[in-house]
Amino acid sequence: MKSAVIVFPASNCDRDAATALEQMTGKKAAMVWHQDSVLPDVDLVVLPGGFSYGDYLRCGAMANQSKIMGAIKAHAAKGGAVLGICNGFQVLTESGLLPGALMRNAGLKFVCKPVSLSVEETQSSFTRKYDKGASVTFPVAHGEGNYYADTETLDRLEGEGRVMFRYRDNPNGSARDIAGILNEKRNVLGLMPHPERVVDPLNGGTDGRALFQGLIESLS
Amino acid sequence: MTKITPEMVREHGLSDSEYATVLKLLGREPSFVELGIFSVMWSEHCSYKSTRVHLKKLPTKAPWVIQGPGENAGVIDIGDGDACIFKMESHNHPSFIEPYQGAATGVGGIMRDVFTMGARPIAMMNALRFGEPSHPKTRHLVSGVVSGIGGYGNCMGVPTVGGEVNFHKSYNGNILVNAMCVGLARQDKIFLSAAKGAGNPVVYVGSKTGRDGIHGATMASAEFDDASEEKRPTVQVGDPFTEKLLLEACLELMATDAIIAIQDMGAAGLTSSSAEMGDKGGSGIELNLDMVPQREENMTAYEMMLSESQERMLAVLKPGREDQARKIFEKWELDFAVIGITTDTNRLVIKHKGKVEADMPITALSDAAPIYERPFTKRAPMTGAPAYDKAKPVLASLEKILAAPDMASRRWVWEQYDNSVMNDTIQHPGGDAAVVRVHGTQKALAITTDVSPRYCRPDPFEGGKQAVAEAWRNLTAVGATPLAVTDNLNYGNPQKPEIMWEIVAGIDGIGEACRALDFPVIGGNCSLYNETNGEGILPTPAIGGVGLLKDVTKMATLAFKRAGDVVILIGETRGHLGQSIYLREIEGREEGAVPPVDLAVEKKNGDFVRGLIASGRVDTAHDASDGGVLVAIAEMAMAGKIGASIGQAGLADGISFWFGEDQARYVIAAPFAEAEKIVAEARAANIFVAELGKTGGDTLALDDSDSVAVSKLSAAHEGWFPRFMAGEEIPVRN
Amino acid sequence: MKARVFVTLKNGVLDPQGKAIGHALNGLGFGSVGEVRQGKVIDLELSESDPAKAKASLKDMCEKLLANTVIEKYEIEIK
Repeated sequence: MKSAVIVFPASNCDRDAATALEQMTGKKAAMVWHQDSVLPDVDLVVLPGGFSYGDYLRCGAMANQSKIMGAIKAHAAKGGAVLGICNGFQVLTESGLLPGALMRNAGLKFVCKPVSLSVEETQSSFTRKYDKGASVTFPVAHGEGNYYADTETLDRLEGEGRVMFRYRDNPNGSARDIAGILNEKRNVLGLMPHPERVVDPLNGGTDGRALFQGLIESLS
Repeated sequence: MTKITPEMVREHGLSDSEYATVLKLLGREPSFVELGIFSVMWSEHCSYKSTRVHLKKLPTKAPWVIQGPGENAGVIDIGDGDACIFKMESHNHPSFIEPYQGAATGVGGIMRDVFTMGARPIAMMNALRFGEPSHPKTRHLVSGVVSGIGGYGNCMGVPTVGGEVNFHKSYNGNILVNAMCVGLARQDKIFLSAAKGAGNPVVYVGSKTGRDGIHGATMASAEFDDASEEKRPTVQVGDPFTEKLLLEACLELMATDAIIAIQDMGAAGLTSSSAEMGDKGGSGIELNLDMVPQREENMTAYEMMLSESQERMLAVLKPGREDQARKIFEKWELDFAVIGITTDTNRLVIKHKGKVEADMPITALSDAAPIYERPFTKRAPMTGAPAYDKAKPVLASLEKILAAPDMASRRWVWEQYDNSVMNDTIQHPGGDAAVVRVHGTQKALAITTDVSPRYCRPDPFEGGKQAVAEAWRNLTAVGATPLAVTDNLNYGNPQKPEIMWEIVAGIDGIGEACRALDFPVIGGNCSLYNETNGEGILPTPAIGGVGLLKDVTKMATLAFKRAGDVVILIGETRGHLGQSIYLREIEGREEGAVPPVDLAVEKKNGDFVRGLIASGRVDTAHDASDGGVLVAIAEMAMAGKIGASIGQAGLADGISFWFGEDQARYVIAAPFAEAEKIVAEARAANIFVAELGKTGGDTLALDDSDSVAVSKLSAAHEGWFPRFMAGEEIPVRN
Repeated sequence: MKARVFVTLKNGVLDPQGKAIGHALNGLGFGSVGEVRQGKVIDLELSESDPAKAKASLKDMCEKLLANTVIEKYEIEIK
């Protein structure tokens, strides 16, 4: 599997994503600057965590205006895989690639801690290596991860099996405990918790490995 | 030219004798800009004029020290061509005025100190002291400072991995916010601030200059009589987004060989950065302020030289490399301007709108800066062993102590900090020291900040020693070899002889401990005049320590790992309750002698424990300090969610055994067979050792007579901070 | 020409910050305070002299960047 990590100004989990990808695939990820207009030939595009543009105006709003977003939308339209983690998820909702929005945490504070998630659906290249209903622990680290969408959208997400991860103990007030969702074509995943921070047993566990393994199996 | 009046001189904080020196050095009256420059360069903050003679006594050398005090940060060798660069600095006063921005800009400033030397910051720590929890401002200050630290550090993508939070009434009107940054660089890519050579371009990078933080007193002077409200000094506002870009752009530029010298613009911005670079390089600097990127209109030379706008750097490049550098900063959408040139005149020359606003010898600002041997009055340390009620139930007291403001879990604080970004945090907040892996290797740095201010007022010397010893012990307890420290000396007014004594004795204590433990001081910061209504803060010499773990898989954490492990106490217990947490929280008194630190014993016990961890024989260790052995064991039980059945050992009675704060002690846990060997080896090495009991179950059981559920202790320990911050509890110390 | 854009959360979207502000105001004794909603004010300078054109362009700006119309609504004021 070939992958690329997008670097926005003040992305800060770009290196973490690249390290995890290299560890899992044995291949270096291409680092793509937000002002580039073309993507290299890759199977997976990762929009990493961070504070693109300082989270000024709204998280992800200005990153969504970057030149590279056109290429990412085209990649997704062709069925290419896109993974948005944390700030990357915020960019994906701002861009319309995923529905809804991420708002200020209900507790009004930044929250960084490991959280327990349930894997809700396994019908996707992102989650196929997990057991349905499995409990996994990923860390969250965000101030604005409170997922919002209107009732109709939420019902649709649930009905179509597009809620992929749900919090077991909701840390941010997200509607229906939603931690991660898929687009209609099931090739774009956005989630607030950080799977790339749990691929190494020395620093927090290995629950994130299966997500990358699923992608490798599907995309290689 | 503005006529300098005695009033202006006073408002610039210069004494009559200092102003007389200025006149002598210049051979004429200074211009207003020059007066401003002298004022900031000769301030306590920049010149260390009250402490310099004493700081010189600190040990600063070791074979592994690459750069000691005097640069933006200290540098140590951590093997394989890698260097660790770190420093701690205070932002006390700004954080009291505006806690969010004060703390945020404190974090930004110390990060710049580290990355200006070529290092990528990999961990942040902070030592925070607030007033009493019941003081009406405390909650607001805690909330603002914590979110300010998180707001800046989280955006930078540097994990904040630990620190300290204490409460005491002496900080009611003067909180302490000390931030420490640790970075990594290659040894052949370390950048210094010496602007060597003439004819080299001086470039300004980062944010634009505004009228931020210009010294308040000076604003009342003649030039500003008609200044509008808008021109008044403002709180410095941090912009972590720009700082993140500045970090990446600087590191990108540093990967080339275009830089001769680089220095961040911290306190006194352009003034101190240009003067210090010229001074260290033995060169002169000429600046044309017309070229400085400005955020506000009609800024004067005085304002630009004294502005403390954040996220700016000054660099001297090799001639002809301007375009290469400009391209990098433009890519990161940052300002870049050539604003001057180095000269061979040893003078700082400031031009603005065709006028020479300042022209002064650089040595007048550095070498000629005043140095004082301020008088001090020695005070005998407090002595005696305080009386206490020997009948008080031990476990009830334990539960109360674990929920005391100074002892309760800080989870509420650290969960607001991204402590796992960069994917190398091996030990998160809550342990003895944080452990952060050197990216892509098996080695790791251990980091801690320590000081027990409650020991430093009764006995400033022992308090200084103890702060160093505790930092050394905390690094040892995770298995690291302690390498070096940065100190952040927070004291009251040095012009009061009794406070000056606290400073002198504190530095002496730090020096003695650092020498004995081979733990040199490679940098630091002094914050003096921390007073409210004439009352000084508790002396607070915060020590930031860094150690090295050669193999991160051979490490200890404090959590009990298994049932059936033997709980072993290393180090002698005489039951020292003077100035202890127990005495304060349970008996309601702050009395007696502080626990003395025997540095030889400290070293011997620590080396023994470290050896056990480094050889992979022990994976569970915790230092016994605040609150004593029982608190240490309770913390191990709560972290591992495993109980223990223990009994006292030694001569002291129950209360003094369990809660005494004797130094140089560790609690370790190991399986039976290993434990037997460890005890025998300790005895053979003449190290005090005692088997206290076994891990297991879900209660902490004492002498087979009383027990308490670990979950109950955890609830007490975890509950206080969130309840306090939610305003549900106004704790009153008995 | 100067313009001011107000961005606020749509009615019905939970505003935890507004709620906290209301709570704090009640705590300070401002008992008359009911629901509080908070938002953003963005001041812009435009080199455009035709108010109709300016307004159209501002509307476009709001739709494209200044507001997230999934959760926010906006008002435009031309001075």
